[in-house]
Amino acid sequence: MNRILAVTEQRDGALRKVSFEVVTVARRLADRLMGTVEALVLGAGPVQGTDQLGRYGADRVLVAQHRAFALYSPDGYATVIAGRARDYRAVLFSATATGRDLAPRVAARIGTGLASDVLEVAPGPDGALVVTRPVYAGKALQRARLEGTPAVLSLRPNTVPPTETPKAGEVESVSVPSFTERVTVQEVKAPAGARLDVAEAPIVVSGGRGLKDPANFKLLEELADALGNAAVGASRAVVDAGWREHGAQVGQTGKTVSPSLYVAVGISGAIQHLAGMRTAKTIVAINRDKDAPIFKVADYGIVGDLFEVVPRLTQEIRRLKGED
Amino acid sequence: MKIAVCLKRVPDTTTKVTIRADGKGMDETGVKFVPNPYDEFALEEALKLRETAGTGETVVYCLGPEPAQETIRTALAMGVDRGVLLQSAGSADGLEVARALAAELAGGGYDVILFGKLAVDDYNHQVGVMTAELLGLPCISAITRLEVRGREARAEREIEGGIEVATCSLPAVFTCDKGLNTPRLPSLKGIMAAKKKPLEVKPVALGEGTLTTLGLELPPERKPGKIVGEGADAVPELVRLLREEAKVI
Repeated sequence: MNRILAVTEQRDGALRKVSFEVVTVARRLADRLMGTVEALVLGAGPVQGTDQLGRYGADRVLVAQHRAFALYSPDGYATVIAGRARDYRAVLFSATATGRDLAPRVAARIGTGLASDVLEVAPGPDGALVVTRPVYAGKALQRARLEGTPAVLSLRPNTVPPTETPKAGEVESVSVPSFTERVTVQEVKAPAGARLDVAEAPIVVSGGRGLKDPANFKLLEELADALGNAAVGASRAVVDAGWREHGAQVGQTGKTVSPSLYVAVGISGAIQHLAGMRTAKTIVAINRDKDAPIFKVADYGIVGDLFEVVPRLTQEIRRLKGED
Repeated sequence: MKIAVCLKRVPDTTTKVTIRADGKGMDETGVKFVPNPYDEFALEEALKLRETAGTGETVVYCLGPEPAQETIRTALAMGVDRGVLLQSAGSADGLEVARALAAELAGGGYDVILFGKLAVDDYNHQVGVMTAELLGLPCISAITRLEVRGREARAEREIEGGIEVATCSLPAVFTCDKGLNTPRLPSLKGIMAAKKKPLEVKPVALGEGTLTTLGLELPPERKPGKIVGEGADAVPELVRLLREEAKVI
């Protein structure tokens, strides 16, 4: 039997959206392998959303509870998963901050390779899996053969929307083997400003050197607020200049983003920036230089002074939202 | 304090990727290679830790082809004491690289082993954590802040919408993210000194691994876009297109 394990992710006792993405992909893979999907939930107590995993295709939902699992427990999570992994054809993680830490731990413990940040996965002709994943920050795509039982992979978030494929989703608890906690997560601090993370936001408004002064990012924050559900990103140049936090950087040495709307303001479009945002569904560029490379990837461009265009755009969006 | 840094030689981030004739990799003709940018944060952190400790040694390990000696020299010029090249063509499978590094680092007596959080070429995001697991050492990955007091370490790492604070005891492995520090530039004196620092070359053979590249391709080109207009007067039309054509607002 081809059993697929989908490792979910919770924060503050509620499943995160990526959990439903990973179960969705696991379901599709299981269907092609005539297999079943088991979703694993790790927490210190009941986790909100556990009863929804069946809707997205989990045949069974395994709940591993431990008092150390309120926050991420690298050694505890890895012990639970590595202890069960050999029963599965594939183990799927999300390539989030947690998944990028956890998946390599599990792969190393069971002695098999890991395909990271996978965009697509399917069974290959010879029984191994075939994955597609971005390399060089998305400047190229690698098609690779992934052997191993289980095959271990992490899925890039925001690539496959959670899709309902109702299955039983029968919940059962599983035991947590004893483990030594070599790393202890003490707390999660909220960042300054409660804005969305650029890697997860459905809309990203990014600024570059064209903003001229860090204080002018206020214009982009206002636009992001008007759009709603939007994060404010930045080019490498302004992050290196200390205008914005490094966590906001989009590009090859920052984050790779795939929002439904990306608005590039005062960003010329260096190759390493384009690599980080070219998979956005719709790209808007606002720049005074009509020859800026950003216009080559933008779906819609406005050539002009951002200090006039952006406030007007904010105003129009506010007006539109007011009418809704 | 004895500190190891693992370094990778990668194409400069401004490189335009073209695919090699066999379709399995990047055409390296004319490509400039640099130390992996995230590894520079690891190098800087190693030098700071050594300076704070007052005594000890910093050693850089690089798994890569023969020209990676230059990459190691860059680290030596920054101030690292000596270098080791594990000469190999590398592997698509990060676990094979981690195995070779772990075999070399085991028994080295390192208090701290540092990596960049990922290499900007293969984007595997895994070798540092895997190496720590193989060595049986604690590991905090993608750190943006590190405090070491005695044998205890406290680190911060960025997670979606928050900062995770984690602790562990030394010896430990850390993988470094942007924001941890500002890497120093090699001084002229450093560059001169680097030429005389020890650089050992050891050929290593990697296993086959379970991840093999079938092919590399360029991502699909985006459809050509359009300039909606010039200046603020073009905004209403842009908003209409975003709403009616792209349907994203």
